Amino acid sequence: MADANQINALPITIRGLTKTYGPVFALDHVDLDVRSGEFLTLLGPSGSGKTTLLMVLAGFTRPDHGSALFGDDEVIRMQPHKREVGMVFQNYALFPHMTVAGNIGFPLKLRNVNKATLHQRVESALETVQLEGFGDRQIDQLSGGQMQRVALARAIVFEPRILLMDEPLSALDKKLREHMQIELRHLHEKLGMTTVYVTHDQREALTMSDRIAVINDGKLMQLDSPRRIYDQPANPFVANFIGESTLLPVEHSDGHVSYAGTPVNVSGSESKDGRLLMLRPERLVLLKPGEEADYNTFQGVVKDVVYQGESFLLYVTLMDGADVAIRSVSQRGLLAAVPEVGAQVTLGLHPDETVLIPEGES
Amino acid sequence: MSTHSLPGTRPTTGANAAGLRQDDVRERMLMFGLSVPAILLVVVIIGIPVGWLFWLSLFNDEGVLSTSNYTRMIEHKSYYRIFRTTFNVSFLTTIICVAIGYPFAYFLAQLPQKWANIGLIAVLLPFWTSLLVRTYAWLVILQRKGLINQWGIELGLWDTPLRLVHNLNGTLIGMAHIMLPFLLLPLYGSMRTIDQDYIKAASNLGASPFRAFWSIYFPLSLPGLFAGIVVVFVLCLGFFVTPAVLGGGRVIMVSMKIETIIDLFYNFGTASALGVVLLALTLLVLFISHKLLRLDRILGGGTGT
Repeated sequence: MADANQINALPITIRGLTKTYGPVFALDHVDLDVRSGEFLTLLGPSGSGKTTLLMVLAGFTRPDHGSALFGDDEVIRMQPHKREVGMVFQNYALFPHMTVAGNIGFPLKLRNVNKATLHQRVESALETVQLEGFGDRQIDQLSGGQMQRVALARAIVFEPRILLMDEPLSALDKKLREHMQIELRHLHEKLGMTTVYVTHDQREALTMSDRIAVINDGKLMQLDSPRRIYDQPANPFVANFIGESTLLPVEHSDGHVSYAGTPVNVSGSESKDGRLLMLRPERLVLLKPGEEADYNTFQGVVKDVVYQGESFLLYVTLMDGADVAIRSVSQRGLLAAVPEVGAQVTLGLHPDETVLIPEGES
Repeated sequence: MSTHSLPGTRPTTGANAAGLRQDDVRERMLMFGLSVPAILLVVVIIGIPVGWLFWLSLFNDEGVLSTSNYTRMIEHKSYYRIFRTTFNVSFLTTIICVAIGYPFAYFLAQLPQKWANIGLIAVLLPFWTSLLVRTYAWLVILQRKGLINQWGIELGLWDTPLRLVHNLNGTLIGMAHIMLPFLLLPLYGSMRTIDQDYIKAASNLGASPFRAFWSIYFPLSLPGLFAGIVVVFVLCLGFFVTPAVLGGGRVIMVSMKIETIIDLFYNFGTASALGVVLLALTLLVLFISHKLLRLDRILGGGTGT
């Protein structure tokens, strides 16, 4: 596990961080602990405050009040150039008047590293991002993916113990983005620095992170592993923001839960007293007659069928008028059995995948 | 079938080939036709006068073809002095403009757009008033009994009036004021295009504010600065009104000498030769700066898009 290249990572402790713009809270008393060496993603819609939080950590935005510790050191009033954190900017911010090697060597030059060591460390950083031999290139000769790698090399070459990334992959096309997600993940495992990553792309967050902090309206909505964020959302906002879901109101009476008069088995839900039932399209199944026994069931009428290539979506209107979606893979057998619009269907949700969500902010 | 001929040559057969080619030619002629007025204008107001100027400079006082107008310039030290003064004044004016203009442009570039526009208008407003008016205004302000001397003496800052005008001081003050916008506008324009993220990135990497400015911002502002310097310097070389009024006859620039020669001696040959040499030197300055800017780009300068 312990790699020779590994850096002594630092934990980040954020307490009561608040930043207002006029009447708007960009950050609303945020408490957050980033563990040493973990890959933590700040995920949220645009305007949620995730970028503000990153900018506060980098020192470019001055909060109204609050505290941020890198390890044991309070940094909230420290100037950006003294914080010793690496940062990858959304637009890379590579200096256009310097070569690739000039860019990567810049932080080392500022630290008065001698020429031979500087050269060696720049080469090794280029190697880390798989750009050997690119040192003499001009910045405008690079493709988007290469610029991204140079920006990364520049951010890690001075061995910061914390790495911040602000939507670094958003400018790349889909294929390259997915490739870079895996590569960044591997790089993080190799270097081991505490990484705070900002994105609005939930799939990216689920792919890359050790833990995800979902942020909305300047507040931390949930901090958990990708699995738990997806499977056990703490509130309706998280359930709706991550993946697709329909939330149905349920009734509680003496320990039993029911939806529209039908009892619901909630043995798989961590929250037993949540007032909303989460239905995810891919967790629902189309039941054939006789299969109902193991499932919580919902009766409905097919409203629409949408073919999406690798899968298809069925929109079903339940008896009480709620619309739910169910997704199924487009295998030959399943595809042949797709009911027609207007058909009566029974949807099943396994008790292990039946999740109640507390009401709250949506 | 030989419809696929050599690459780069156009196939001559096929449906409507002749007609389409004709359309091509017609379109090109039309485009050329549109640019004819501009080309004519350049020829008439620049090409012909410059040619004529050059032609006139080749005749001596008796109207005989000779190079005497040029040899005289080499023989007489006074001409050398005039050219030296011209370059001196232009150089000093440019330096003053840079010293005032760079910090000011930097200041404007840091302001929110709305306030920066107000600042720019403040710079441009005097730019829209007559050159002559502005020059005489400086005379009023700077002369022996002008505003500055009156205030200075009343406040007890100095006892005898300072010689602020009718000399090099006055010339430089007036010219720097008039030239400042020419430096400021391209400089401000290039500063506005510098992404603030560069500075953030630099400071994130460990650069102090001063270091970030010096290593990142300043090099990126150089193209605009050079453009401004070249414009100001070249404009200064041929400047007439301000040095004539504020120099008080003590600062003789080439343009003033030309005026004197024609006004007093009615000697078009000598005046033309002076004009030709000034033009040649100006072109030389432009050529050298062009080469330098190129060099700068090779070395990795420029805002880089």
